Amino acid sequence: MNWIGRRLPRLEDPALLKGGGSYVADRASKAAAVCFVRSPVARGTIVDIEIPSDGIIFTGRDLVDVKPIRPILHRPDYVAIGQPVLPVDRVSFCGQAIAVVVADDPALAEDVAEQVFVDIDVADAIIDFEAALALDATPVHPDAASNVLVEGRMRTQGLDKAFADAAEIVTLDVRSHRQSAAPMENRGGLAEYDAASGRVTLTASVQMPHMLRTGIADTLGMPESDLRVIAPDVGGGFGQKMSLFPEYVVLVWLARKLKRSVAWIEDRRENLLASAHGRDQAFSLRGAFAGDGRLLGLDADLRSNIGAFSCYPVTCGVEPLMAFAELPGPYDFAEYGVRSRGVTTNTCMMAPYRGVSRPTLTFSMERMMDVAAKRLGIDAAEIRRRNLIKTFPHRSPTGLVYDEGSYLQAMEVALDAADLPAFRERQAAMRERGQYLGVGLSVFSERTGYGTPAYAARGMEIVPGYEIVDCSMDPSGDVVLRIGSSPHGQGLKTSLAQLVSDELGIEPQRIRIISGDTDATPYGWGTFASRSMVIAGGASKLAAGKVAVKLKTIAATLMETSPDNIELKDGWARVSHSNQAMEIGALARAAYHQSHRFKGLLPGLHESAVYDPGGTFSNACHVAMVEVDIETGGVRIERFLVAEDAGVLINPMIVDGQITGGVAQGIANALFEEIVYDDTGNLLTASFADYLPPTAAEIPEIEIMHMETVSPESVTKAKGVGEGGAIGAPAAIVNAICDALSPFGIELFELPATPQRIREALRRAGVATYA
Amino acid sequence: MKAAAFDYLRPASLGEALALLATHKDDCKILAGGQSLVPAMNFRLARPAILIDINDLDELDHLRADAGQLKIGALTRHAAFHRPVVEGPLGTLLAKVVRHIAHYPIRQRGTFAGSLSHADPASEWCLVATTLRAEMVAKSARGERVIAASDFFHGTFTTALEPDEILAEIRLPIMTPDWRVGFYEFSRRAGDFALGMAVAAAKVEDGTIREARLGVGGVGDRAIRLGALEDQLVGTPASSDVIDSIDRIAREARGMIEPSGDIHASPEYRRDLIAASVKRALTEALA
Repeated sequence: MNWIGRRLPRLEDPALLKGGGSYVADRASKAAAVCFVRSPVARGTIVDIEIPSDGIIFTGRDLVDVKPIRPILHRPDYVAIGQPVLPVDRVSFCGQAIAVVVADDPALAEDVAEQVFVDIDVADAIIDFEAALALDATPVHPDAASNVLVEGRMRTQGLDKAFADAAEIVTLDVRSHRQSAAPMENRGGLAEYDAASGRVTLTASVQMPHMLRTGIADTLGMPESDLRVIAPDVGGGFGQKMSLFPEYVVLVWLARKLKRSVAWIEDRRENLLASAHGRDQAFSLRGAFAGDGRLLGLDADLRSNIGAFSCYPVTCGVEPLMAFAELPGPYDFAEYGVRSRGVTTNTCMMAPYRGVSRPTLTFSMERMMDVAAKRLGIDAAEIRRRNLIKTFPHRSPTGLVYDEGSYLQAMEVALDAADLPAFRERQAAMRERGQYLGVGLSVFSERTGYGTPAYAARGMEIVPGYEIVDCSMDPSGDVVLRIGSSPHGQGLKTSLAQLVSDELGIEPQRIRIISGDTDATPYGWGTFASRSMVIAGGASKLAAGKVAVKLKTIAATLMETSPDNIELKDGWARVSHSNQAMEIGALARAAYHQSHRFKGLLPGLHESAVYDPGGTFSNACHVAMVEVDIETGGVRIERFLVAEDAGVLINPMIVDGQITGGVAQGIANALFEEIVYDDTGNLLTASFADYLPPTAAEIPEIEIMHMETVSPESVTKAKGVGEGGAIGAPAAIVNAICDALSPFGIELFELPATPQRIREALRRAGVATYA
Repeated sequence: MKAAAFDYLRPASLGEALALLATHKDDCKILAGGQSLVPAMNFRLARPAILIDINDLDELDHLRADAGQLKIGALTRHAAFHRPVVEGPLGTLLAKVVRHIAHYPIRQRGTFAGSLSHADPASEWCLVATTLRAEMVAKSARGERVIAASDFFHGTFTTALEPDEILAEIRLPIMTPDWRVGFYEFSRRAGDFALGMAVAAAKVEDGTIREARLGVGGVGDRAIRLGALEDQLVGTPASSDVIDSIDRIAREARGMIEPSGDIHASPEYRRDLIAASVKRALTEALA
């Protein structure tokens, strides 16, 4: 029986659904409670911190020996900024931790924190990143005079000619407002001190436990061996939980200083205030189009607000450099000019958030395609047909090499399923009745599963990418897989078990996967960038494959045949074209207990493998059908279709779950979620009453179709699929809104397209003004 | 996000509760459903020294039709209105409105009287009480008084209730079968507070509107009864040409309000939403 391709219910779910999950807060009840005192202002000089006499309180002055968090890119345009774990002299954003309180329980800790008085000499904050770019702008950091911390530039030789030859030049200014990944579980950490060994165990809701261990050890100047990091069940991360945050450094410092266990469980207000944000971007594009709709060249000026600090380890280059490299997306054109800047401001730090720049760049390119199509009198699908990548491998203007994909086919499949002719009929009929339907397309590529070469190309000092997997079969034939990747709710353990099952011929239930414990797993890079299935999956397959080879050798010896004649399936090693067979458990027992019989083999069944691929591109087409209420600006999503090509599907149900969740966050990006600061840098969206993740009521059923292009770039034949849903949905939805409002000539270039913004555009167009 | 320390008292009778209120006045808060109060305490925006839990007071747990009025006791939960609680248009309207109040679990605990006492300007029940001319029965150790809805709401989170008073009962006039009702609300997500909403009701006899009720909420510091527009509706035929009057009334409603703005809705946008809400509520009631 093959396990790959089956909709196997997730092995993780029984515990999670019956309250058997174990999250940081579940483990923290016995520890002292930690509360951070946070800056009430965005910028200023710390004059004095008055602390009550009866409490355990520390400030930056107590932690002067702790090094700042200072991630590095080896690029001439990069300005490294250090983030003090607790600042001594100045605060740089509203919500920055400036003191820490330890008390017996969280309520008492808050009581003490309220009595800490911070005297700050407030200065004018730089909140808007366009203002930060002004020539006379005050520097946010003394070390970065221009407020630009990273800048990528390139220009192909033929760009000017492309614009000279253009029949139509489309110019657009796109704005994506700031968002939070808003994981269900906030951040949190429990630091336990072991008096016997002097070691600290940090249990934290994180995506990269090994990276956290390295980062904390470096910052505190302690050996990594004195620190164990555990990521238990994690309730979503979406990139927000990748970075090294000051709070975790402080927790380990406290545990060592006080020689006791301390825990900090972040609340939602803190999460919205001081965990990482993303997507605060302004892109200005000029597209040179030939009369037949072919895109000849693209010239782009991209600005990304990176906030007050650079995130560790991926740095503040993550959004600007992703945008720089991947703006061309699924389109085949040669001439490209780009300037992409990361701009620092007195706002919360930016870090990766599901999609990283690609929601904004896909939105930009797809809006541009629709605008160009209208100007040139070409159908929206047709202009894409003329521009999509059709031959592989494809080399983009920035040098990225796209493996085999199905850009055109995915679009055609989605369009067929959407039945556009019927939709257009209904659209026309409903317009007669004053109801406005629209359809929007979004075609995009998703670069996934990339190893060290891609990160090295960015000049990162810490180059992530590979994964190491240890695979052991015990004497009863059950398997333990130790992975450096660290799932946070995606069902990775089920998918890996299915992969390994097919290699070893045993049921997935017999495979236990150990992750998220630096004492028990090989060094790895955790989970981000749609990498786990491709890279940890690849390493798992390779490691299990080595165990399989050994099992076959043992089976061949015991059954006196050649290993080539052995097939591992359904718990048995069978000799082909014969009735001879042995249970795999019996072979495993022999491997350990009869090892003297197998000449040239090491005893036992334990193998390791490393996988470090170059990367593979998934692709998809999203189609949104919406109804816009012209009087209220409200948008109802009628249908949402996804034609996805993520290569071979290991567990289609889990893949569908990834796509559905991603689209839900894409809908949030398109219509609902927006972090808003006032002019002084005070956060106005500090709860879910004002920051608006959509609920189940706002998310339609997502209709998903799959293509499975087999890529030689992935040993599992699987491509990554973690981010695509979030990448494509905003463009499809806003294109649909603009199609609905085309009778009024309305074009929107801002995310989210809130009812207020839609209504504003309608009012300007003189629609339903009650004048 | 943990509440500051407080004392918790759970009186066994209304008399005992009123005595506690008389003693502690501004230092205490009444806990019924706790769906607004407890989050505010967790944010430390509310810091009562004492919570008086009224959930054991059977005297406050009633919901009945009596002498032409629907009498809603202080412990009546939102969820009680999921099905019509009284025959005719009032029960229908309340069942329609209640679905817009927060989410199912919140409706199981939150109370009608709690919403009114809290006096959030975007509260659906405050709009209903204002528009339908509810009477509020306030009790204290000093006695009982009945407050008209028009006198009850003083502004955002403020009411006519004295610190020693409890809102014991709300009385809504029961509508005869010749009333027609409509409600419309616009919010960002299902269950969010209204950015704009309207309640409309009209008593129609022989094809003509004899009496009208029209109110809007989610704008300003309290729900607003549009009395001038109610007067315009009276005498209008409730037939196909009512559509023209609805458009005119929606336009006038838009101009009669002075909404404030926030990140979700500018004053101008709120005016648009009020026009749309009035139009839709009236259309539902009349067209």
